[in-house]
Amino acid sequence: MTNSFNEFARAKMFMVIGSNMVEAHPVAATFLKNAVLNGAQLIVVDPRRHALADLATLHVPIRVGSDIAFLNALMHVLIAEDLYDRKFVGSCTIDFDKLEANVRAYPPERAADICGIAPAMIRDTARRIASVKPMMLCYTLGITEHTCGKNNVQAVANLQMLLGNLGVECGGVNPLRGQNNVQGACDMGALPNVFPGYQSVKDAGHREKFAKAWQTASLPETTGLMIPQMMEGLTTGRVRAFYVFGENLANTEPDIRKVEHELGSAEFLVVQDIFPNETTRFAHVVLPAAAWSENDGTFTNSERRVSRVRTASPPPGLAKPNWWIFRELAKRMGHTWVSNSARALWDDEISVLAPQLCGIKYHRLEGNGLQWPCPDENHEGTCFLHKDGQFTCGLGIFTPIEWTPPAEEACADYPLVLSTGRRLTHYHTRTQTGRCEGLNDLLSEETADISPQDASELSIRNGERIRVRSRRGQVDIKANVTPRVPRGMVWMSFHFRDTCANWLTNPAFDPTTFTAEYKACAVRIEKVDAA
Amino acid sequence: MAENTFTLNQRTVGFLPGQTILEAASAAGVRIPTLCHLRGTSPTGACRICLVEVAGARTLVASCSTPAAANMVVQTESPRVVQARKVILELLLASGEHDCLLCPSCGDCQLQDLAFEYQVSAKRFDRRTDFRPTEANPLIVRDFSRCILCGRCVQACNEVQVNRAISFGYRGKVAKIVAAGDLPLKDSDCVFCGECVQVCPTGALSEQKARTTWRPWKEKKRVRTTCPYCGVGCQQWLHVQDGKIVKVTGVTGAEPNRGRLCVKGRFGYDFIYSEERLKTPLIKENGEFREASWDEALGVVASKFKQIIAESGPDALAGVSCARSINEDSYNMQKLFRAVIGTNNIDHCART
Repeated sequence: MTNSFNEFARAKMFMVIGSNMVEAHPVAATFLKNAVLNGAQLIVVDPRRHALADLATLHVPIRVGSDIAFLNALMHVLIAEDLYDRKFVGSCTIDFDKLEANVRAYPPERAADICGIAPAMIRDTARRIASVKPMMLCYTLGITEHTCGKNNVQAVANLQMLLGNLGVECGGVNPLRGQNNVQGACDMGALPNVFPGYQSVKDAGHREKFAKAWQTASLPETTGLMIPQMMEGLTTGRVRAFYVFGENLANTEPDIRKVEHELGSAEFLVVQDIFPNETTRFAHVVLPAAAWSENDGTFTNSERRVSRVRTASPPPGLAKPNWWIFRELAKRMGHTWVSNSARALWDDEISVLAPQLCGIKYHRLEGNGLQWPCPDENHEGTCFLHKDGQFTCGLGIFTPIEWTPPAEEACADYPLVLSTGRRLTHYHTRTQTGRCEGLNDLLSEETADISPQDASELSIRNGERIRVRSRRGQVDIKANVTPRVPRGMVWMSFHFRDTCANWLTNPAFDPTTFTAEYKACAVRIEKVDAA
Repeated sequence: MAENTFTLNQRTVGFLPGQTILEAASAAGVRIPTLCHLRGTSPTGACRICLVEVAGARTLVASCSTPAAANMVVQTESPRVVQARKVILELLLASGEHDCLLCPSCGDCQLQDLAFEYQVSAKRFDRRTDFRPTEANPLIVRDFSRCILCGRCVQACNEVQVNRAISFGYRGKVAKIVAAGDLPLKDSDCVFCGECVQVCPTGALSEQKARTTWRPWKEKKRVRTTCPYCGVGCQQWLHVQDGKIVKVTGVTGAEPNRGRLCVKGRFGYDFIYSEERLKTPLIKENGEFREASWDEALGVVASKFKQIIAESGPDALAGVSCARSINEDSYNMQKLFRAVIGTNNIDHCART
């Protein structure tokens, strides 16, 4: 996020696109709801009329995968009606002419056909978001989990630059991160192209710096593989050993049958986790890890805040902190690492090597933590980025973006679109929440959420078992007939194994980020009796 | 400035326009007891415990809902105030089954604390006995016999978390906090965030999981930590008793959540004590896992890794890190892959 959660309650205008915040980030949503009760405007752009839409000034029910057409059309109107921030665009950005040429091809009438909404609604939205400044834009995986995920993000950034809503409080581009420490795992360089602190592995200077710090002769300079490439590599022999730490890939990746074939092909699979799960079944060696509250450390949240995690009780049996396991393996492979606690790792290595984190030390994290960038120990951290329109690479670059449809669209055989996500009570594959007393009582099984119109056409009653089929597989599941889902859509989560949406999802990926298109694949539904 | 001062217990204190007497007193370091007051929500003046004496006023006034005004003369503990507070406490105690011996909130109850502070009991007035039955579900227990109708839960639900699941129902003697036209919580819009439990000043709302275990005076350790679920990073207090987490609450005033939690953050902690936890390294032999020591398991992994590196090069190895675990874990895993194995084949679910 460019901005911070504590700005939510003070913001005057929100556009929330592809984010079911009330269920996926419930506490963040409370601050947004506080702002709305205090008079802030809220525009919810989402195919589903989820709970936040109940509070919205305007709900814009665009079709799944039509985000770029919608965003480009908004910018078309903003430019055509001279509603954009000329000053910001002139002084803080470049390539406006390219954007102008790009969005000229997206008049509301054209976008309306793609998005399934009226042109007037696009114009209305554009005028509203231009009428209050700043507007705070929030998004989640509804933007990124598409084959055009990276382009979606760039279109969102284009919009906020055009409106001059970057570098200010209560504005910005704010992706709410899914996992507690997905921000931190990125910051730590658990990515194939960067060292800790986003320092490119391609840069010889960075390689030299890390090689010196890690006391090794050299470091690899080729960008590594991303998860889907690694898994495909298991079947071709390109990847012979695969080390999976704390990811239940067998349930979370698209097309479970394909994923399990890949995991089953591994010559040597090491899984390090806290529970036996669908992925450990394929392992050759399983390593038992300490869980949250069983070791000290830090998490970094969506707003770049590094906060402490502390030990409440010891891990069971022989389970060990993960950092210890990696250190022991390094030792057995000939490398002796000095740091022997999470604190030492942070204070003596991470905060020394990552420029954004240099000022963050454990002794400064007793209270509310610190938000990076925090370059030195006298720095109080950074609530919002790009202050005064200063971007990382100087000026903000407008990137022309063209709309592309999802890899798989509804057709005669599979006339509905399946979209997926999380529900409030559970988390991911329920390895944790499924073992907490009470949570299963609140939500004990998955449903396929369908619209009353589709239910009526197929004579499906609420609560009836139906079969959802895609080109990859099928699941039998209870129908939940709800007006929150638009006609033509089926919505499911991936919390329960037997009815996991990933039996159905499409392993089609964004060509740059290799993020799967979890938000759109073609399915059909049938009554189980008739099937 | 002169127009922004008033007299509080014979002392001249300043106030900001719009501040209530309670807020101004609090800023001046003077405590006025409250039960219904919930910071950050609109005042309701429901419990009357915060009554103060204002010179010239016809009656005692509720300091939580009365704005401070220039030249006001306020007394917070005058004999008249204390007398009134005692009667109010006596009436509150008589309005319910405030039997502290069996109460899950004993030792963590503001009503109990005030009764002790003002030395009052429930003996003078007839005690009410006609209560609605206690409603239990796996997470939140609603004991209406301990409810003093202060309405903090209603404020928390409607103004803090904005779930709008509960409100006051009925009128007069039969008034009650209701969800969805007086249905059980599980049949209402309640999302079980538990904010109501956290703000309840008595034992009317309690956590089912902690109800018969947690005793505040047995709590040896209260650990501040960060929630393990979504990317908001809420700050939690882990209440540790007999070496185990028995309850989780939000850290008041802390960033980013300011005391708020959701259903997972508040109730999703006990997975760590599951008997199904992996407790020992396992090695697969002939299709079956067998237990192994760390030395043996790590030895197997290291030698297989070394063999594959020797045969096919470091890029024949790949690793996926964990977006749920601590920074230091991801740091060490990428360091293992880059510095020891010699490949950049390290990723995690960053982009989903």
